[in-house]
Amino acid sequence: MTEISAADVAVPVVLRVNGDEYRITAEPRRTLADALRDDCGLTGTHLGCEHGVCGACTVLLDGEPVRSCLLFAVQAQDAGIRTVEGLAAADGTLHPLQEAFWRHHGLQCGFCTPGFLMLSAGMLESCPDIGDDELREALSSNLCRCTGYQTIVEAVQSVRDAGEA
Amino acid sequence: MGESDHSRGRPLIGESVLRLEDRPLLVGEGRFLGDVSFEDELHLRVVRSDIAHGVLRGVDLDDVLAAEGVVAAWAADEVAHVPAIEFRMTGLDELRPHCQRILAGERVRYVGDPVAVVIAEDPYLAEDAAELAFVDIEPLEPVLEATSPEAVAPLTLEHEHGDVEAAFAGAHRIVELRATVGRHSGIPLETRGLLARPVDGDGPEGDRVELHGIAKVPHYNCATIAAMLGLAPGQVVGREGHVGGGFGIRGELYPEDLLVTYAALKLGRPVKWVEDRREHLVAANHSRDQAYQVRAAIDADGVVQAIDADFFHDQGGYVRTHGATVPNLSVALLPGPYLVPSYRVRGHIRLTNKTPAGTYRAPGRFESTFVRERLLDRVATEYSLDPVEVRRRNLIPAEAMPFDRGVSTLGTPLVYDSGDYHRLLERLLTHVGYESLRESLAQRRRAGEMVGVGVGMFVEKSGLGPFDDVRVRRLDDGGVEVVTGAASVGQGMETVIAQICADVLGVDYADVSVRHGQTDMIGRGMGAFASRVTVMTGVAVYMAANELAATGEAAEATFHTDHMTYPYGAHAAVVRVDEGTGGVTVERYIVAYDVGRAVNPMLVEGQIIGGVAQGIGGALLELFAYDPDGQPLATSFMDYLMPTVAEQPPVEVLLSEDAPSPLNPLGLKGAGEGGTTACGAAIAAAIDDAIGRPGAVTALPATPELVRSLLRT
Repeated sequence: MTEISAADVAVPVVLRVNGDEYRITAEPRRTLADALRDDCGLTGTHLGCEHGVCGACTVLLDGEPVRSCLLFAVQAQDAGIRTVEGLAAADGTLHPLQEAFWRHHGLQCGFCTPGFLMLSAGMLESCPDIGDDELREALSSNLCRCTGYQTIVEAVQSVRDAGEA
Repeated sequence: MGESDHSRGRPLIGESVLRLEDRPLLVGEGRFLGDVSFEDELHLRVVRSDIAHGVLRGVDLDDVLAAEGVVAAWAADEVAHVPAIEFRMTGLDELRPHCQRILAGERVRYVGDPVAVVIAEDPYLAEDAAELAFVDIEPLEPVLEATSPEAVAPLTLEHEHGDVEAAFAGAHRIVELRATVGRHSGIPLETRGLLARPVDGDGPEGDRVELHGIAKVPHYNCATIAAMLGLAPGQVVGREGHVGGGFGIRGELYPEDLLVTYAALKLGRPVKWVEDRREHLVAANHSRDQAYQVRAAIDADGVVQAIDADFFHDQGGYVRTHGATVPNLSVALLPGPYLVPSYRVRGHIRLTNKTPAGTYRAPGRFESTFVRERLLDRVATEYSLDPVEVRRRNLIPAEAMPFDRGVSTLGTPLVYDSGDYHRLLERLLTHVGYESLRESLAQRRRAGEMVGVGVGMFVEKSGLGPFDDVRVRRLDDGGVEVVTGAASVGQGMETVIAQICADVLGVDYADVSVRHGQTDMIGRGMGAFASRVTVMTGVAVYMAANELAATGEAAEATFHTDHMTYPYGAHAAVVRVDEGTGGVTVERYIVAYDVGRAVNPMLVEGQIIGGVAQGIGGALLELFAYDPDGQPLATSFMDYLMPTVAEQPPVEVLLSEDAPSPLNPLGLKGAGEGGTTACGAAIAAAIDDAIGRPGAVTALPATPELVRSLLRT
């Protein structure tokens, strides 16, 4: 039985998410996903497996898609984090990827959608002219159980083709 | 509410309008169970058996109770007064002794069987504390095969019609087949979960408990939880939020639903439980896992005169809410779209020491379609006929509709309401260019590739009654509100119901708000399963909207039916086999499906393409394997392999409306399951064709290991 309580080992962490600063206190073992969801109140990032396979928790860390279930919150200190809540414009205008997922029926239950959106955003920002094979390879990082992926691929391709991301 | 592309007054039924559901889901404003929190909530963690079969000697929770943040911890004695979980469907007395208690008391029957709960102030602390539970189990020998003589045998479902003996006596040939379908399941991306929140009541019901995270069948689950915990029916209120996929398994009533509600009532605080993925893979319903032995009497023309089938259904450690539903559907739908004048079947329900089983998208049909279509392929081989020609000779002709199968399922007589199966098959063959496709594949084989094509046909079922109620009224802001007892599992039901309502009323569908899954808003509701919502709720809203249009007053309507509707389809798969690894790549997949009438073709195609992905998973990848001690070997997504975009071929959907249902005024049939049904059948046939070994694949999933072993023998 441990003598040390969870509160004793918690440390202050500053998370910069979607341009906002969140000052939280987190145990070193607290995952970034849990910190985003429960400490920052940003529940758009979803947890589908908590072992880094499904990708529902994908966020951008300094522009790179990462699994927020496989990072500790303390590791994200000083990084720039982007989540699905930061995709649409401040006036509510949807990001081109959000618009495309809607128009192409790229979601059904919507649980995997934030992860696919952030994965796609990171991919197209770093590689706007990505080829179809590489695009499919990158999207194979995440799992969707509803759509069969076809409409997700079409949505992302349409944004790439329009050069909008 | 999303913006709409459609102006008022334009016909909406049949239009691929964009979904009303999507905006909150796209911007991160979904309200899935994990997203709902209350200030003073507690967190529940389940302690589970890590032994497949054993005598439970005791559960020592002393260290748990002393751990940081723990508020309570209980084993079975705390909830001994709560009865076992009853059947929601297809309940049979012989199965009742095998229903699951909410905590195991004397025996554990699968790895994952709940034996205790821990409730703490924080989910991390609850999980820490749960690891301190000492669960004393004396292991017993596990039973891991339904065909084992050791398996508990509560019941055999039997059916016979026609003159089976005479058909076999007069048969030109008798064709035999053994085939198995492996254990896999729906695995929605959102795990299960529940948040029970006690609320002080000022109404006649007094204090109540709200259940967030309830899904699929909110009214049934709330009423059943109330009855099991000794509450009045209205005291348990369902608050359905977003649901991250259903597929049959999410939203059934499980032990955890009772444990969470009980804890909230006992402790007087909100209690939240979010399942982790490892738990999900051992504790939520598994499915499939049937082993068949079939004989068929064939006449001189290759027409099946009789089928005589035995199958073993591996139910796992307990019988859950579905009772005998899955084997019942296997029994009824094994003959599928073919005449089969005489039929005898025995479906042996067996208990084993694996996770309990329930329904999963196309339950009983994925399995029986695989077996039946394998049988027809075998007939084709023995008669040197093209597989497609054998199907032509056996299909029920359009002029025989409606076709009484002479059997009942889910309490309704199995009468195919409408269909032109030949026409759909020819449409599929024309689309794929069957003859030239076969020739081009033969050329590739001659050049050294292992490529082939397979076809599978099926009849689906949908629109299970017996009723759906809908209330429709105009709102002061000019909108229309629809209240229904149906549920959303992410399939797009809000959009479809709004389309039908708006079509009748001549309004914009985006001005129709569809309220569902709130059990205090409407007295009863059947929920979302069996591809029923578009048919049942759709017709009810059509009736209510027409009444509102006629009277100008708020209207209520009930659609009753004692019959299901029967959509049907044909699949074709083109696969390539890697001779070195045995790996199978699906190059192309085509689904022809007659849905009677499509309210929103885009959503129907979405259902079909998504269903194909799950069917491919079951055909090639997904398997709950166990070691000889009954330890599950697929407890993460590293071991339970689901298709990614890399495994998913382009899917071509040929949606047809040849055969509207005569059983409802809109001609509707359901679309939820037909993308999955024949995947195992079509892919197995395509692998046979690719490796030049007719009839070789008799087990699913056709993993690289299995295909490689076929290539070596």
